[in-house]
Amino acid sequence: MVQENKELINDGYETVIGLETHVELSTATKMFCGCALSFGAEPNSCTCPVCLGHPGTLPVINEKAILYAIKIALALNCTVNKYTIFHRKNYFYPDMPKNYQISQYDLPIGSNGYLDVDMGDYTRRVGITRVHLEEDTGKLIHTGSTGRISESASSIVDFNRAGTPLVEIVTEPDIRSAAEAKEYLVALRNLILYLDVSDCSMEEGSLRCDANVSVRPAGSESMGTKTEIKNLNSFRFMQRGLEYEVSRQAGIVSSGGKVIQQTRHYDNVTDTTKPLRTKEEAHDYRYFPEPDLVPIHLDKEQAGKLKEQIPELPGQKSARYISDFGLSLYDAKFLTGDRQYALFFEECMKLYKNAKAVANWLMGDFSALLNKESLNLSESKINAAKLVSMLELIDSGKISSKIAKSVFEEMFYKGTDPAEIIAGSGLEQISDEGELELIIDEVIKSNPGPVAQLKDGKEKAIGFLVGQVMAKTKGKANPRLVNEIILRKIK
Amino acid sequence: MELPLNFYPAHKLNKMLRQKQVSASEIVDAVICAIDKAEARMHAYLRVESKEMAQAAAGFDSKSDALAKNGSISDFCAIPIAIKDNICTKGITTTCASKILSNYIPVYDATVIKRLKAAGYILSGKANMDEFAMGSSNENSYFGPVKNPWDLERVPGGSSGGPAASVAAGTAICSLGSDTGGSIRQPASLCGVVGLKPTYGLVSRYGLIAFASSLDQIGPFTRDVEDSARLLNVICGWDENDSTSIGSAEAGSQDYTKYLGCSIKGLKIGVPKELMVKEVDGEVRQKVNEALALAESAGAIVEEISLPSLEYALSVYYIIAPSEASSNLSRFDGVRYGYRNRDAATLRQMYKKSRAQGFGPEVKRRIMIGTYSLSAGYYDAYYEKAQRVRTLIINDFNNAFKKYDVLISPTSPSTAFRIGEKAGDPLKMYMSDICTIPVNLAGIPAISIPAGLSSEGLPVGLQIIADTLREDNIFRMAHALEEAIGFDSHPMYLYK
Repeated sequence: MVQENKELINDGYETVIGLETHVELSTATKMFCGCALSFGAEPNSCTCPVCLGHPGTLPVINEKAILYAIKIALALNCTVNKYTIFHRKNYFYPDMPKNYQISQYDLPIGSNGYLDVDMGDYTRRVGITRVHLEEDTGKLIHTGSTGRISESASSIVDFNRAGTPLVEIVTEPDIRSAAEAKEYLVALRNLILYLDVSDCSMEEGSLRCDANVSVRPAGSESMGTKTEIKNLNSFRFMQRGLEYEVSRQAGIVSSGGKVIQQTRHYDNVTDTTKPLRTKEEAHDYRYFPEPDLVPIHLDKEQAGKLKEQIPELPGQKSARYISDFGLSLYDAKFLTGDRQYALFFEECMKLYKNAKAVANWLMGDFSALLNKESLNLSESKINAAKLVSMLELIDSGKISSKIAKSVFEEMFYKGTDPAEIIAGSGLEQISDEGELELIIDEVIKSNPGPVAQLKDGKEKAIGFLVGQVMAKTKGKANPRLVNEIILRKIK
Repeated sequence: MELPLNFYPAHKLNKMLRQKQVSASEIVDAVICAIDKAEARMHAYLRVESKEMAQAAAGFDSKSDALAKNGSISDFCAIPIAIKDNICTKGITTTCASKILSNYIPVYDATVIKRLKAAGYILSGKANMDEFAMGSSNENSYFGPVKNPWDLERVPGGSSGGPAASVAAGTAICSLGSDTGGSIRQPASLCGVVGLKPTYGLVSRYGLIAFASSLDQIGPFTRDVEDSARLLNVICGWDENDSTSIGSAEAGSQDYTKYLGCSIKGLKIGVPKELMVKEVDGEVRQKVNEALALAESAGAIVEEISLPSLEYALSVYYIIAPSEASSNLSRFDGVRYGYRNRDAATLRQMYKKSRAQGFGPEVKRRIMIGTYSLSAGYYDAYYEKAQRVRTLIINDFNNAFKKYDVLISPTSPSTAFRIGEKAGDPLKMYMSDICTIPVNLAGIPAISIPAGLSSEGLPVGLQIIADTLREDNIFRMAHALEEAIGFDSHPMYLYK
């Protein structure tokens, strides 16, 4: 049994981290108007009077976004609120067309959930405070060559992103290390990809995460002063940024200093965090219920229906792979750790019986080649049917496992059918006993020493003889048959 | 004396158009002629569409035979209607009578404008108002006040002073205004016309530049109750662009004219004593009582009632409306449209200077009150508490409507006051809406109809309030009282 919620103490300090993650939903249209979502489109081409905040316009809720957010809340084991409303969050900034953001406040879509994060030798249960829905802002583009606001004469605004549905997932301060924070985000991303409600691309900004970090002396129940870290825009930067911040704070506290409550920016070039603004500059957002929208009521029947729509999630899948297919925990976790692998695996299992063989290929050669070429599984030229037909060629003795590796490589790069690759290529395994006997006789004749050893019961010697046969056939001999024939002839 | 065409109600003009007794050009000419004579003294319009009106009328006349043949001369075909300048008209400046939107040209039509266009209306122009609909005298317009057509020294009421004055003076046949705390009914009362605030959500707010979203409602100004019902027929109904609009795509539309000419025998009228407060002028009180007597003699039952929480309505309103306004008006920042200060060196300065120079004093006052009410540490004591008292007010009305079909009160405690008389005293000014504000807080419908003229020759208005979506009761009572009162005065002196 894995250990639960282990205590992590470093140099007498405990790290306390809470995360706020923003996920852009992959709905067809924006949160409150009919504009298409448009990553990468011509600036300001996907806008209308509503998402530009023109006078007199009104928001209308995108129902799909509500459903997506509820799915996320359910998958995070949250209580889905039967009555939920939107609030206005008021502050001035040029990327916000109305100078208020329609968001949620005290009645979010979901609350009080958790996500179990597998840390290998222990599991960290991270409490989910809330899952709420809001609209994204536009994007400011600073015109200077560095793209930094301080080095630009002017800024321009692209409102294409304004109004994109955004789910914010806030954790309890339950995370105890930078590594846990990273693993939480990996698990959260995987979960959301399973739900198929966002593409969760950190590069494109559809998954963004800010962290609240503090340290406290081991054994202390009270919280240290926290800082909020922004710009943690990849898994690697998240871990490195948080590691830096934790050691920075521990350094301050252990030398008798005080951490200042502030928002800090992670700089991935210097690998440090730098202050952005202090608490005194914090906004009073003047939240109040959005009067342009009506409350959303979710009845029991609807909630039940939505629960049924939640697909099998990684944890459940992993358990099933172990019980139904006899996979090891390690294999099951690997495959379910990425929805694409799980789907590929399941596709194979519809056509083929040997789960372990499929798992081995997926985890071995297949993932190695994908990594080498920086491809996603879905972009690969190999589909489930092709992999299975290659496995069947191995099973029937047509190719050796060794030859299969080069066949696989050709399949990977050219997308050719495995049967086609081996036909006429001379790669096909020699399983003709007559042909093999001729070669084996020759090997026995020219290697009297090892033959004598084998006769004396030194079983190891057979390896050498088989090797000789393989060398003469350029690896095409069926090794099982070669073994059999040698033993028959010598004993 | 024969009334000129521009003083006819739309339903009469429509009948004449159908019977070819009049052409659209003749109607429009009469309106343009009145505008030429009176508008400069009255300032009811911020923009007059004379040329476009004439063109539209000529266009109508050239195909009127064909239109008549296939029966498509609908109620407001070729009728010149003034639109309050906070209702978006595509391609035509919509300023909210504010410097900050003085150059703003909407890229879309409000839903009510789309519906009027489909009905064939003619836009006479954009009507003057208090800046962002904040005011009760129309003295808060950046472009200068509107004068009351009955006495040019006096205010027309507000905030829809322009829409009210234009109908009263015959410079429009009807108009649309907006009512957040009385902004249709109070000027209708002071100008001697009919002004209706429909049930919240009955008319789409899409395209109405928001003052206080939970209170705002568009409604018609007309010469009589029949026009009011007909114009409501055109503008009401569910709108997919307004989440707070009532009904659904499937629900059919109402015909409010079927409640006209009905007997009011047995209808129960409640007279809330909280709306007959000491601030109500004696003459106003007398006119209302005369009307109540007329209702009684027509068979209605009149009883005095009490709605105790109405006492707090004004206080509640001046928390909720400014709170919503402070947020609604934050989009006016000089970034994307409207007035921008060009001397600012920083973003913050641009915001501050554009807004400081773009908004007038009353708008700033309300933004500050609202911002304060919503601030951390004050929210519970102000906004939250106001919402709770609002619920009490709603409950009071609900209870009253269990027993009564309509409630009747004065619309405004006084007749039109002099320009400048209350301008320096916001609290005194706010009292002008004491009878109308509770209605907005409850989201229920109410109408103001003329109850007669005071001894000074100024119109007195009477308010009829009904339960949610009971416009039927409003029209029943209003039409009966209109006939009984027989108000038929117009400020004809303007044209002598």
